[in-house]
Amino acid sequence: MSELKELIQNKLSKESFSGNGSLKALSQKGLELFNEQGIPTVKHEEWKYTRISAALNKNFSYAEGATAITAKEVEEFRLPGYEAANELVFVNGIYHAELSNIRSSADELVILPLSEAVKGEYKSIVDSNLGHSAGYHKDGINALNNAFAYQGLFISVKKNKSVEHPLYCYYINDARTVNVLSQPRTLIHVAANAEVKVVEEEVTIGTSDSFINKISEIVVEDNAQVHLYKIQNEDSHSSCVKTTHVRQIGVSKVNSVTITLNGGVIRNNLNFILEAPGCESNMYGLYCVKGSTHVDNHTIVDNKMPNSLSNELYKGIIDENATAVFNGKIFVRKDAQKTNAYQSNKNILLSDTATVNTKPQLEIFADDVKCSHGCTIGRLDDEALFYLQSRGIGDKAAKALLLHAFAIEILEKIELEPIRQYVDQIISERLDFEI
Amino acid sequence: MLSIKNLQARIEEKEILKGINLDIKPGEVHAIMGPNGSGKSTLASVLAGRADYEVTAGSVEFLGKDLLELSPEDRAREGVFLAFQYPIEMPGVSTTNFVKTAVNEIRKYRGEEPMDAVAFLKLMKERMKLVNIDQALLSRSLNEGFSGGEKKRNEIFQMAMLEPKLAILDETDSGLDIDALRIVAEGVNKLKSKDNATLVITHYQRLLDYIVPDYVHILYKGRIVKTGGKELALELEEKGYDFIKEELGEEVESPL
Ligand SMILES: Nc1ncnc2c1ncn2[C@@H]1O[C@H](COP(=O)(O)OP(=O)(O)O)[C@@H](O)[C@H]1O
Ligand SMILES: [Mg+2]
Repeated sequence: MSELKELIQNKLSKESFSGNGSLKALSQKGLELFNEQGIPTVKHEEWKYTRISAALNKNFSYAEGATAITAKEVEEFRLPGYEAANELVFVNGIYHAELSNIRSSADELVILPLSEAVKGEYKSIVDSNLGHSAGYHKDGINALNNAFAYQGLFISVKKNKSVEHPLYCYYINDARTVNVLSQPRTLIHVAANAEVKVVEEEVTIGTSDSFINKISEIVVEDNAQVHLYKIQNEDSHSSCVKTTHVRQIGVSKVNSVTITLNGGVIRNNLNFILEAPGCESNMYGLYCVKGSTHVDNHTIVDNKMPNSLSNELYKGIIDENATAVFNGKIFVRKDAQKTNAYQSNKNILLSDTATVNTKPQLEIFADDVKCSHGCTIGRLDDEALFYLQSRGIGDKAAKALLLHAFAIEILEKIELEPIRQYVDQIISERLDFEI
Repeated sequence: MLSIKNLQARIEEKEILKGINLDIKPGEVHAIMGPNGSGKSTLASVLAGRADYEVTAGSVEFLGKDLLELSPEDRAREGVFLAFQYPIEMPGVSTTNFVKTAVNEIRKYRGEEPMDAVAFLKLMKERMKLVNIDQALLSRSLNEGFSGGEKKRNEIFQMAMLEPKLAILDETDSGLDIDALRIVAEGVNKLKSKDNATLVITHYQRLLDYIVPDYVHILYKGRIVKTGGKELALELEEKGYDFIKEELGEEVESPL
């Protein structure tokens, strides 16, 4: 671990970030906290089931010249529907304007380096939102990303604008010659009455080890609507910690769908901070994993004001030696009367060596609330299997049909047809299901 | 076509079928009647191959094959169809998709090519009419939120699509009003031919006004205690099941 600290120290001392203000402060504080805490181990309560130290103990390198990615290489992993999307390409954590393709006009969508946004008209937004997730994740991995926040990107969706072109964000790690650790950082501001869809995918090029430690903070104003879709389909040598921290500061609606298909160690932190009365938040997840993939979904819903509705459904199909963790925290603060908060986690284990750890955590300080949570860990329903078999459908096809049916409830939440189809295709192939 | 000899089966140490003998020939309609708990659904489930039941004695031959040796899916592929007393809800699986998969799995077993989309749609349209079912219902998740009548009609629709040689209808009449009952019965009648057979399991005589049986068997405490023509069903309806108990009570109650 001292090697990693040294590497980070060296890298940061070479950078010439000369800014001041909140960004500089966050970076400095991040480095301090990282040096103090290091990478969280399984002794840390929030990291009990997810060991990231091995994936971070990889002799990472910041060698120059390792980032020569061409537009042609980007072609290969563009997601369906890209023709009508704003494509944002990050290489080794840093936004790459030349490889990106912004179709929306500047009166709808503003994209700026954080280091600029912190100075101009967005200063107060950056000052009051950047680093907000650190209040919920007081650990070294969050701090580590903060240390690099000065490299981050600011995105603003302007008031009253419904962005027609979804944002496709590709986080590329170029691991063709060296092991890469990247720290992408975004702050997305969605102004009042605006609407936007964001799709994110991590991509590792090459066969060396790759780790993405990403934080995305999103602030949503009155009457805005946001859709967040994540697709995680990497090789076993690619691991990540992705923190998505959503503040709904106005009455707004945010939907999130996280699809995990493959990877090394994957930790997703998803936080919804409901700071206005009457917010709606929908959090959906599907992990369909096998091999030795480890996926951990940690979610927080923090209800601070009355009358909000949050709906959470995570489903998992876990095969071979894969492991899954689900931890869902719901806070209902004392002012958050009439909160409706629902949470459910359903898992199907397909092998004896697949494991899942699921834990709901409700902390309720208001008296007039409706909260429910439930989790199931099971195998396929024998009754349903028999019904299918009694119609001549063989064991294999019957299982595929049932598993696909299990998954579809989440896939249907993706309100972006090319992406939904794309994910459905992968899942169907995985399950041997014919669409 | 179907020859059941001394069939005995149990579940969780509990003997339920205690020696069933039954012969069914192509073109025939047999009815099995009996009070609740007598083992009617158990017999249907054992024939369809539900794994929960353990066959402890006896044999079942179906079209020259040892039925009990076949997996549930192979029984269906050989031509056995069970219309469930309680059809299972399947969120996320449309009837259309379910039936298409079934049709093609059965075709594959027979060494035939999968049915192309156009031919499948045409067949579906035609068979939908038989049971007065509409496209919207077939696009929905199978049995999820269906009314009792819709579930039963859907079972018969599946039967119409799969064209079984032996159809076993387990209380397909229960929970149906008279109109729905008539639709279901007419559907079954239209599917009848000299080459296939039907085994109608029912608690009430009512259904047998519409699907007229050649033979009626009374199942009581795991045994067929009486067999007759269609008039037996009427007699049973008139006198109630107590008449069976009285007539056969001693024999049935006494340990054999
Ligand atoms: N899964 C089961 N476990 C234990 N007993 C069962 C089970 N299924 C049926 N039985 C018992 O077997 C007997 C026959 O049931 P069933 O075949 O459903 O009767 P019927 O269809 O004639 O009403 C009943 O006593 C019932 O309680
Ligand atoms: Mg029954």
